[in-house]
Amino acid sequence: MSKYLLDKFLYTIDREPALVERYRQDPRGTVAWWEAEQANLILNCPQAERSTWLRFTDSEREALATHNYVTLFELGSHNFLLLTLFIALFERDYGEPLAFQREFAARLGHWTVPYPDITT
Amino acid sequence: MVGSDHFHQLWLDNMPQFLIGKAPFYDANFYNEEREFGLPRMLVSGHEELSAYLLREGMDAGFDLAFSNELRIDHSITCPLITLRPQADLPIVPVYTNIFAPPLPRPKRFVELGAAIRRLVEAWPSDQRVAIIGTGHLSLELGGPRQFGPHGPDPEFDRQAVEWIASGDLTSALAQVSLESLWLPGNATHGFMDFMLMMGVAGDNAKADHVDSLDLFHTMEAYFTWYPKAAQ
Repeated sequence: MSKYLLDKFLYTIDREPALVERYRQDPRGTVAWWEAEQANLILNCPQAERSTWLRFTDSEREALATHNYVTLFELGSHNFLLLTLFIALFERDYGEPLAFQREFAARLGHWTVPYPDITT
Repeated sequence: MVGSDHFHQLWLDNMPQFLIGKAPFYDANFYNEEREFGLPRMLVSGHEELSAYLLREGMDAGFDLAFSNELRIDHSITCPLITLRPQADLPIVPVYTNIFAPPLPRPKRFVELGAAIRRLVEAWPSDQRVAIIGTGHLSLELGGPRQFGPHGPDPEFDRQAVEWIASGDLTSALAQVSLESLWLPGNATHGFMDFMLMMGVAGDNAKADHVDSLDLFHTMEAYFTWYPKAAQ
């Protein structure tokens, strides 16, 4: 489990407009690029002092590569990061206000508390 | 001004529990808040002297406060500014709490910090007037099955919480609220601890002078004001 890395992906994509579009259009390619080039960057350190050990599990990589927010929720990614990025990705495709957010809720409808643990 | 960074500047590789800004200026709002909420970019001035005082005295009072000399503030601080003082012309001191990234401080610690901020502001050797403003929320679900319903995810919690805050009932709030219990009303309800911090500012059994609530489609908003006796 690398919940921290899942959250780091959601966080660093969400804050860059160009990356939001890139991830929307090419999720699998963006995840592969990000894991190879970005995953080990410590955000407040220069490139040379990058980490060496961070990688996704197969199920995490596949969930990100398929925009599968239900699985990402179940893997314990942070609910706020998940919602915020996925609104940016998909709200535009729905005709009614909040329609995407309500579908998101419905697809998680089989969950009751306690939800998957988001502690990193 | 008490609020929380929502994974904007503060990140999991270096996460403070309680942080005070100490800077002459604070730029405000982030791209994803412009995108989602339509919030404007802002520049707010900071009161560095009060920041320095709260940091020094707060640490001496037993709170190991983090600080930031370059802090970009988000909607937890800019929304109350836009609402209460749209000209945003008064210097601020941001106080950020972690209500977001577990492990979190316990509710009692928020109350204690609120009480300490009140004591320190009252003891501040200055003739300037200080308002302590905080934002928190009632039951709230974000990124979960109960999100964006016709009202907040737990109206009964909201009713109880408004009563606790309005009457200053810290005893009941502390007896019934824990880090564990706050998952039940909604998965983003830990922001209630910022309301508990403000109850600590107001004081035990301090009745709010103004109480209002607004039942919105996905959460109940609630507003409380306490006027210190000296200001009346």
